Amino acid sequence: MTQLILYDAFNGLIVGAFYALMALGLSLILNLSGVINFAHGGFLAIGAYIAFTLIPYVGFWGALVIAPALTGIFGLIIERLLIRPLYGRDPLYSLLLTFGLAFMFEDGTRYIWGPSTLPFSVPDWLNEPLSGQYFFLTGYRLFMVALVSLTVIVLFVLLTRTRLGVRIRAGTLDLETVSVLGVNVRILRSLNFGLGIYMAGLAGVLAAGMLGLQPTIGSDLIMPSFVAVIIGGLGSLPGTLVGGLLIGVASGLTTVWFPSASEAVIYVLMALVLLVRPRGLFGEEGRF
Amino acid sequence: MSNSTVHGAIGRRTVLKAGLALGAMQIASPFVIKALGEEPIKIGLDDTFTGTYAVLGRNEQIGCELAVDEINKKGGILGRQVQLLSEDSTSTDTGTAVQKAHKLIDRDKVNFFLGNVNSAMALALGDVTAQAGVLHIVTGGHTDAVTGTDCHWNVFRVCNTTRMETNSVSKLLFDKFGKKWYFLTPDYAFGHTLQQGFEASLKKFGGTEVGASLTPLGSTDFSSYLIKAQSANPDVIIVLEAGQDAVNCLKQAVQFGLDKKFHIAGAQQELEVLEGLPPNARIGTWVFEWYWNQPNVPHVNEFVASIKKINNGKVPTARHWFGYAATWTCALIANEKKTLKAETLAKGLENFQLPPEVALMPDKVFYRAGDHQLMPDLYVGHAVEKGSTEEDLFHVDQIVKGEEAAPPVSETGCHIKWPQT
Amino acid sequence: MRTRSQKIVAAVLIWCVLLSMPLWINQVGGYTQLGTRVLVMALAAMALNFLLGFTGVLSFGHAAYFGLGVYGTGLIIKYVVSSTFAGMAVGVLTAVVAAAMIGYLIVHLRGIYFAMVTIAFGQVFYFIAYRWNGVTGGDDGLSGWNRLPIDFGVGRLDILHSPVTFYYFVLFFFAVGVGLMAMLLRSPFGRTLLAIRENERRTRFLGVVVERHIWLSWVISCTFVGLAGALYALLNNFADPHDLRWDQSGEFVIMAVLGGMRSFWGPLVGAAIFVVLQDYVSTMTENWMSFIGMFFVLVVLFFPRGVLGVFRRRIAT
Repeated sequence: MTQLILYDAFNGLIVGAFYALMALGLSLILNLSGVINFAHGGFLAIGAYIAFTLIPYVGFWGALVIAPALTGIFGLIIERLLIRPLYGRDPLYSLLLTFGLAFMFEDGTRYIWGPSTLPFSVPDWLNEPLSGQYFFLTGYRLFMVALVSLTVIVLFVLLTRTRLGVRIRAGTLDLETVSVLGVNVRILRSLNFGLGIYMAGLAGVLAAGMLGLQPTIGSDLIMPSFVAVIIGGLGSLPGTLVGGLLIGVASGLTTVWFPSASEAVIYVLMALVLLVRPRGLFGEEGRF
Repeated sequence: MSNSTVHGAIGRRTVLKAGLALGAMQIASPFVIKALGEEPIKIGLDDTFTGTYAVLGRNEQIGCELAVDEINKKGGILGRQVQLLSEDSTSTDTGTAVQKAHKLIDRDKVNFFLGNVNSAMALALGDVTAQAGVLHIVTGGHTDAVTGTDCHWNVFRVCNTTRMETNSVSKLLFDKFGKKWYFLTPDYAFGHTLQQGFEASLKKFGGTEVGASLTPLGSTDFSSYLIKAQSANPDVIIVLEAGQDAVNCLKQAVQFGLDKKFHIAGAQQELEVLEGLPPNARIGTWVFEWYWNQPNVPHVNEFVASIKKINNGKVPTARHWFGYAATWTCALIANEKKTLKAETLAKGLENFQLPPEVALMPDKVFYRAGDHQLMPDLYVGHAVEKGSTEEDLFHVDQIVKGEEAAPPVSETGCHIKWPQT
Repeated sequence: MRTRSQKIVAAVLIWCVLLSMPLWINQVGGYTQLGTRVLVMALAAMALNFLLGFTGVLSFGHAAYFGLGVYGTGLIIKYVVSSTFAGMAVGVLTAVVAAAMIGYLIVHLRGIYFAMVTIAFGQVFYFIAYRWNGVTGGDDGLSGWNRLPIDFGVGRLDILHSPVTFYYFVLFFFAVGVGLMAMLLRSPFGRTLLAIRENERRTRFLGVVVERHIWLSWVISCTFVGLAGALYALLNNFADPHDLRWDQSGEFVIMAVLGGMRSFWGPLVGAAIFVVLQDYVSTMTENWMSFIGMFFVLVVLFFPRGVLGVFRRRIAT
């Protein structure tokens, strides 16, 4: 039994890493621009489909590099045209607009690539489990954890060592002052949005390797991402990371005793956290 | 606050005007349709065209469209042309499905009603059509209650019950693979009844259930259940998942190398799922409800060719056949009984046999009188990575007659009550 | 600010349209059940707006109480007693009790945290409805029952077979709900809610116990959403776990914002547009989701105050 618990907890961490990747993108956008991006799952799907289309030409690794970048650029376009007018307004509006976008993305992907599930293959050597006993440690899952860790490290370096990153962090705290200090806030918000969407695209490519590729691939992942952000607390990226890992582990452990509740448990967890700590685990005062 | 939200040259007024124009066009169009010609016979299809089940609903629709085309070429129903009215029920919102049913029945006054892929919707729609007294053929909802505890005099079903599916394959699994079974069951009625069906078979043969995992619908990660399955050390892992869950589960099972250690099998499987899997994950022993590659059965090739023309060159799946057979059922019975009265037609459909060019199966295919369930053939076989052609992903090992696999009417819980006239 | 007479004219107009609906709905390509569905959704959206537009609190989990109304009604009619009124009463009561208890727990949260915790509770109820399939029918839903004609002794209201009769039945309860909400909003209590919406801190400084008012507003809002749920159960003769999901909650929010959050009748207009538009567009094209999505985007960009917001501007200028 203890073995089973350990297995599931460890497995939960792996899944949690994936949730964290998605949630981090969401959090970046929310913290700086105050935009609740309900279309995040849609961007994930677009990233996955772009990767699927590219694989015959550039292979899996090429698609892994190019698809998120293309998705990020697409995100920049969307931001410029549709999101920018919403800054300064009640976040409710961004929620509704992105909700509409999510509809359009789901229908658009269905229109372009069809409603059937598409067979997405990952390189064979990634698909092998590492050992007979720990069979769930497949190459692919470890690769996913490695990639997410790498992304988090790169993000950390970006946010602390580069000028863009420092500006983003400053802007998260006080955008008005940053603007007064001469930073082009428009470009800052655009790039931040693009970065968040890049992460969604990356999550999409990873997801397609594990799950069936069809137009609704992102819609079941959007709620857990929000939950991760909220549990971690708004305004805190480390919080989001912890939140993602936490819900992964909680979900994994619940499957040991009460599998059908493994999705519901993340909501119970969120409710408990919020009732005890109304700002989330690492959230800041004064946000929303 | 002044109006500072003008975007470029397009202002609010233009958008508003365009919207109103578009809206007016939509409202006007019903009038246009009525003006043309004689009243056609209308068949309403209330199915899932968006959401998770989109591909299944759409494939059923394509089957229906082909049938309507053929019916019209042969003179229609009672000499009148047939029109197919399709409405999207969405994959999850039963309220919408019910609303569309009212639209088709009350506003469009359809003569026949078809649908739905989603079991919950099939049940809800059955209630609606029974209230309205419209002949209703369920195309793709598998929950046993449709022709069981919740059966109605006007409801017939083309696809199989879960019990028929489990009965057809269990002997083969027991003989070929072993006695110890572990279940991966999706946590809803479809999954539960499949498991119950297999458990009944196990009892009959003297096998053992070494364990079971109930997986939430829409699970993305099956690793914990597969871990449990492995530790229980079964002979066969019975995967009862359907649709997306099946794709995710099988993909992951193969990634974990479980297919090399255990036999993987289950009951219902669909070509749509196998097509969505990477080639190395096309494994397992399953039951198909219809398969396109039947070289020895007449008329099948014509059907496959006709569907390929309207389906982007892809071969038909069981879903196409469900829509096709259901639509033809309506035409055939109406033309035979020379009436559109639902009660006469329903009585006529009891023990009604589908002609070979509609049945597209080797044995006799008919609607059973006691529960209005179609008794087709069931195709037991195994998935193959690559068959004779790119689309031949399933190898049929055995064909089981539906009426042999089905439990007797007394066990289904169906008691049909005819309306008092 | 709208004058009193403008408000009366608007109300009279709206009631005329609602009362006469069965007469003209078929002419414009609609059908009576569509109108009934609009009413039910409108009641739910207006109930939500009691909290959102007039108290300034966003809930994204109202479907939970909507769903409790649906299941309460269905379970009673199916298993306990074949009475429409009994079903409705239990449905509403369940929603009220649940709302009162949960509201007590969450009332000190604000903003997006409040919204998310309402989702959390909603998802828990969704999970219960799903899992407890012996009682609720699980994913298959609760079927095999229907609303029953009401016997008054002297007369019979056949709400089962006559869609028009049922429409007026629903309209009656809609009127009751809407009337009560309007009365409450016009009262001193309602004014306090507006004050909380405008500036919570200042209201607190005035000595108002903000949390208690928000709790009351929450319970009232959930009561009428529960009533809408009970009516929805009767409309469909079916209860479905999806009625409890967060995307159902999202639809209510959309309807409220679409029509205009700051206006009393806004959510009715929003519900009418949403339901009718979806109905028409999904018949016309397979790609209705793109059109609806585009519609939302355009509304948010160009008509942020909702449809009624546009008309208000016109009247004011």
